[in-house]
Amino acid sequence: MSTETAAPVQMLNVQVDGVWHQFPKGTRVIEACSQAGKYVPRYCYHPKLSSPGNCRMCLVEMGMPKMTPDRKPVVGADGKPEIAWIPRPQISCAQDVAEGMGIRTDSPMAKECRQGVMEFLLINHPLDCPICDQAGECRLQEFSVEYGQGESRFLEHKVKKPKNVELGPRVTLDAERCILCTRCIRFMKEVAHDDVLGIVDRGSYNSIACHPERVLDNNYSLNTVDICPVGALTSTDFRFKMRVWFLKETKTVDVNCGTGSNITIGSRENKIYRITPRENNDVNGVWLPDSHRLNFKYVADAHRLHQPTVKGQPVEWRTAIAIAAEVLKSKPSEQIWLLASGRQTNEELFLTTRLVNALNIKKQHDILPRNGTADGLLIAADRNPNTNGAKVLGLTTSKPGGRLKKFVEGVRAGTIKVVITMGEDLTKAGLTEEDLAKLDAIIALDILPNKTTPHATVLLPASAWVEKRGSMINLKGRLQRLNRAVNAPGEAHDDWEILRDLIQAVSGSNGLYMIEDVFKSLAAEVKEFAGLNLSKIGDLGVQVIQEKTPEPEPAEAAK
Amino acid sequence: MAYVVPRPNLTWKEKIYLPSIVAGLAITIKHLKRMLKGETKVVMQYPEEKWDAHMPEHYRGAPTLVKDEHDRERCVACQLCEFICPPRAITITPEEIPAESKFAKVEKRPKEFEIDMIRCIYCGLCEEVCPEQAIFLRKDYAITGTTRAEMKHDKAKLYELGGVMKGLVHKWNPKK
Ligand code: SF4
Ligand code: SF4
Ligand code: SF4
Ligand code: SF4
Ligand code: FES
Repeated sequence: MSTETAAPVQMLNVQVDGVWHQFPKGTRVIEACSQAGKYVPRYCYHPKLSSPGNCRMCLVEMGMPKMTPDRKPVVGADGKPEIAWIPRPQISCAQDVAEGMGIRTDSPMAKECRQGVMEFLLINHPLDCPICDQAGECRLQEFSVEYGQGESRFLEHKVKKPKNVELGPRVTLDAERCILCTRCIRFMKEVAHDDVLGIVDRGSYNSIACHPERVLDNNYSLNTVDICPVGALTSTDFRFKMRVWFLKETKTVDVNCGTGSNITIGSRENKIYRITPRENNDVNGVWLPDSHRLNFKYVADAHRLHQPTVKGQPVEWRTAIAIAAEVLKSKPSEQIWLLASGRQTNEELFLTTRLVNALNIKKQHDILPRNGTADGLLIAADRNPNTNGAKVLGLTTSKPGGRLKKFVEGVRAGTIKVVITMGEDLTKAGLTEEDLAKLDAIIALDILPNKTTPHATVLLPASAWVEKRGSMINLKGRLQRLNRAVNAPGEAHDDWEILRDLIQAVSGSNGLYMIEDVFKSLAAEVKEFAGLNLSKIGDLGVQVIQEKTPEPEPAEAAK
Repeated sequence: MAYVVPRPNLTWKEKIYLPSIVAGLAITIKHLKRMLKGETKVVMQYPEEKWDAHMPEHYRGAPTLVKDEHDRERCVACQLCEFICPPRAITITPEEIPAESKFAKVEKRPKEFEIDMIRCIYCGLCEEVCPEQAIFLRKDYAITGTTRAEMKHDKAKLYELGGVMKGLVHKWNPKK
């Protein structure tokens, strides 16, 4: 990759297919070719892993400047050094560029090499494409079309290998489809630091296997499925569910922890089929933990709330909002408490602050902390995806959850009579169900029933994170964008719309009609968002908080 | 671009129409004579009588699913036909073949396979795209129903219409 760092990087002159380019020292030949617009096909090379150079798909012709007997480069008629080509092809994935190097990626020799490699890779390959989950995003299919020779000369019997093998709880192996590129082995060893995969047997019987006493149950195991260039490793969860070419891809971010890993949601006709990592080298690289990527089934749960209710009775939205506003207006502000959430987007948090102001309940609000253990890789201890957003917008203090103890005491003492909750279960904040029953009113936004929802006076069905647009700030202070992959069920509304209607009902119109309007007000009022809008955030996000916020200490939150 | 259509230059014979009218009447009278002699039949009593025997080999009727001579459903739910179908008439839900089945080696089959015959345009692309020789347009053309639901052919109906097809490629046979 070319770098824009200020430090002087030595630039090297390299000829790619007859054209001279400059690349910084240390650039891989294969990357240099890509940057020069000459893609070299590859199987085993992965920019984030070591390069064993075992698949031979990236063969190119290489040469170094011709030298005179006194070690001076021979300069040709065009004033450029003449190149002495190495008579045999070289792999381009395991070597860095050198001064005066020549590379030919589309010479007859390079083309013939690829055809030969493809033919060898396919001799024992099964005719599985119709049942293979990789079909449609398979490098072997793609390169066959582009660089292969279109027919098989292999008349012998193909070697049979184990198929449909459970390597672990989430990964299925088809050894016949494996091209032995060892990407999966290297990933487990170098990135997951859980060296469980290896190659067993010899010659054409070579096959991927797990350590006999182990299973591939690492929480990062599904990344091997992503990087497997063929359909040898497939996700057991996604197996045979849908062909990949039907999936609509939505770029968004993960909300299972404060890391905010970048992801792509694959959905079809309002149903989510899989979640895969999306490259962002400032956040998650190209990886994603299994626990995060598989945690989307609840969104399609049959029990999703889809109709506003007042005291359990389905009502129209207008009625529900009006009753909620009436309840709020009928109480003095000291008796109202608002539990926001670290899972809300910045836009929702911003409107929540407006509601707080409209009700004049300053300091009577907080978020529910969610603490787990960090895994040292991508899972952060803070399991709220937008704690930083809540801090920036002032809905919590530097110690999230610090006010909850007083809140619980207030409810028990009867000084707090009305509670608004933004998708959080109040029993998780320290209240018991008896406490809830004693309250005068609960106004709850939520997506699924929990222990609080049966006690809710007004229950407003909201949207899950895959159903809304908005932004969040991750633990490293990066503002990132969420996008809508599927629609919310039934009459459920976007959270920000519910909040807007509620604020309107409590304090009058505010002229917000689109999520962009909300962001505009946010950008005008909060300095971290100044000058930004949703499209400026882009797919990779922008850094908005420079100093690294330390992660909140686990366990000591008020419970 | 303007395009000028030249008017034909008619001869005086053509201009007075009469010869054409006479020629037309001659054809009509010829048919009338034949009919009176019982040589031509004008009306076919459909549906009691059908044209089926005259149907050409390449006739494209309703798409159906077929089984092979081992009673294996040939479709592996690759969903290529669903993808290619121009009016999007096909909906497939794939599933894994359970390990107990004698065809477990094939791994995948359709759990549900539905063709909406209100949408189908009998184009034959599904047959052409199928990598498993599993879907064929057979000769049935009289696809009728009184409700929309009835016009959706489900998996059972598609196999009933398709039946067994012999002499196809057997790539899943153990020998190969
Ligand atoms: S790995 Fe690729 S080429 Fe092999 S069966 Fe699967 S889709 Fe086809
Ligand atoms: S299973 Fe996939 S990633 Fe692993 S060696 Fe085989 S082809 Fe490569
Ligand atoms: S015949 Fe054409 S329209 Fe009908 S199901 Fe097949 S592909 Fe679709
Ligand atoms: S193309 Fe053939 S094998 Fe694939 S789903 Fe359609 S009928 Fe089944
Ligand atoms: S990509 Fe270079 S040898 Fe595999």
